[in-house]
Amino acid sequence: MRGGQGAARAPVIQFTNCRILRGGALLREDLWVRGGRILDPEKLFFEERRVADEQRDCGGCILAPGFIDVQINGGFGVDFSQASEDVGSGVALVARRILSHGVTSFCPTLVTSPLEVYHKVLPQIPVKSGGPHGAGVLGVHLEGPFISREKRGAHPEAHLRSFEADAFQDVLATYGGLDNVRIVTLAPELGHSQEVIRALTALGICVSLGHSVADLGTAEEAVQSGATFITHLFNAMLPFHHRDPGIVGLLTSDRLPAGRHIFYGMIADGIHTNPAALRIAHRAHPKGTNTLSGSIAPMDTCVRHFLQATGCSVESALEAASLHPAQLLGLEKRKGTLDFGADADFVVLDDSLHVRATYISGELVWQVEEARP
Amino acid sequence: MRLVILDNYDLASEWAAKYICNRIIQFRPGQDRYFTLGLPTGSTPLGCYKKLIEYHKNGDLSFKYVKTFNMDEYVGLPRNHPESYHSYMWNNFFKHIDIDPNNAHILDGNATDLQAECDAFEKKIKEAGGIDLFVGGIGPDGHIAFNEPGSSLVSRTRLKTLAMDTILANAKYFDGDLSKVPTMALTVGVGTVMDAREVMILITGAHKAFALYKAIEEGVNHMWTVSAFQQHPRTIFVCDEDATLELRVKTVKYFKGLMHVHNKLVDPLYSMKEGN
Repeated sequence: MRGGQGAARAPVIQFTNCRILRGGALLREDLWVRGGRILDPEKLFFEERRVADEQRDCGGCILAPGFIDVQINGGFGVDFSQASEDVGSGVALVARRILSHGVTSFCPTLVTSPLEVYHKVLPQIPVKSGGPHGAGVLGVHLEGPFISREKRGAHPEAHLRSFEADAFQDVLATYGGLDNVRIVTLAPELGHSQEVIRALTALGICVSLGHSVADLGTAEEAVQSGATFITHLFNAMLPFHHRDPGIVGLLTSDRLPAGRHIFYGMIADGIHTNPAALRIAHRAHPKGTNTLSGSIAPMDTCVRHFLQATGCSVESALEAASLHPAQLLGLEKRKGTLDFGADADFVVLDDSLHVRATYISGELVWQVEEARP
Repeated sequence: MRLVILDNYDLASEWAAKYICNRIIQFRPGQDRYFTLGLPTGSTPLGCYKKLIEYHKNGDLSFKYVKTFNMDEYVGLPRNHPESYHSYMWNNFFKHIDIDPNNAHILDGNATDLQAECDAFEKKIKEAGGIDLFVGGIGPDGHIAFNEPGSSLVSRTRLKTLAMDTILANAKYFDGDLSKVPTMALTVGVGTVMDAREVMILITGAHKAFALYKAIEEGVNHMWTVSAFQQHPRTIFVCDEDATLELRVKTVKYFKGLMHVHNKLVDPLYSMKEGN
């Protein structure tokens, strides 16, 4: 498939001696890349009658779609929620450093902040393609301030808000605009939240439930209004109760709109969630699992921990960090997959799922120390 | 003919692959001298293709100066359909070797003018200097390629409607659903294969035994089109024990007794590494 004008003349690279994640399975197949996209080699052979210009031996490694982190608050000394004159540099630093964790796209996340911070910071974090400079920015994840006082966690109490009468306008006024926003986490028990959820969903923004004391009924209503994600399941919400499972009950709710899929993020770092809880969630709803780093543990560490804790297949663990976040954001044709035509964002892993190299748009953007010339 | 009988499918596949390997290498192909190979599809040649790929991956055999012509292709099946012969050849052979895509010829079952496509294919074979070795299989109804019972023994590449036997045999590749199996195909003719300088037919399995009997122990007959090769000066039939089940004991004993002669064709096994 062509990636654009002139891409047909771009060199064809064939990654050999590897196993690729495709269609939910690890297949012994080569990965072909041209013009920053995954290429169909059969089509190349029969229609263009061409072979690869370059072959790269992957040493028997696993090639998985690049990891996508939809909740990362900062890292490496950077806090995205800090009002600074140069938020851009902080984002760029994190974007570059997470390449070594196998993350090729991410959503910088802002916790509950005063209006001034949103107004100052948001315009400095535009959507941006990834490359040698760092992982791509898919848009900002606004975690708060419309959340529950009781379940605020580490968020500053002083800046929590509830919706005023003209709720959506309130949202716009608080954030100063929704231009670079991709995900909003809110508590659906707040008054007027349903209309906000509908308005945000209509704008193509992903609404997530979190930092909330909502019961299952309220949560289900929120999903019916358009919510599709749960922010760090189990953390900062009511615990599962057998008569009212709360937000956790969404994983097996039968009152979701037909064909709608609820996704949920879990911080699988071995600290925030007990492995048994990870297993319960994953077994109840395997197709919805998204692994998050939440800026604490590196994403690849979370993937390994998730694999080990749940005993799931390698394919499942890899999809939780790539395909599912892409599906959540409606990007699964271009990201989170190694299907023909998708962006060539991928990660080279050894059998224990340690990152050996990271590629964005078919270009090597990071590799492990001993591999460097 | 030579009738080469091996104990089982794997040994038969290996013998055939070694033979093809030796023929290519002894030919000394080069820039102005391509070896032309006719190729089949189906389950029978899979083992042979695997061995050829192995020889290639070991560095013993290169297809750089080999031109291939496949026998047939379904009509109306999209080229990238998993059951098209294009997909078969890509997945089972071409993607594993170093053949130039311009030298891999397969009939296009979606051409706007099917007969013109067939005529062009015959022309390409001629321009390539004819086929050095045509490898084929045999259908349960004794057909070669899609030259169904009743096909002219001097036929050329053309459009054929498939016989019920063939459709039934192919149903397993289409989820057992007869309605999904293509009913027409483009195929090289019996005459086209007869023009090759050498022909090798692979036959394995008890379900092919009756067809083999009809092909070599009965007369030349357009109802069993493989029988036409009785009149070809250089034909080899490579089969396993099971495929000989309908033959006379006398025939089998005679040819088994010749195995020491046949094996000289594959032993020693040549390699391009020795700078042949």
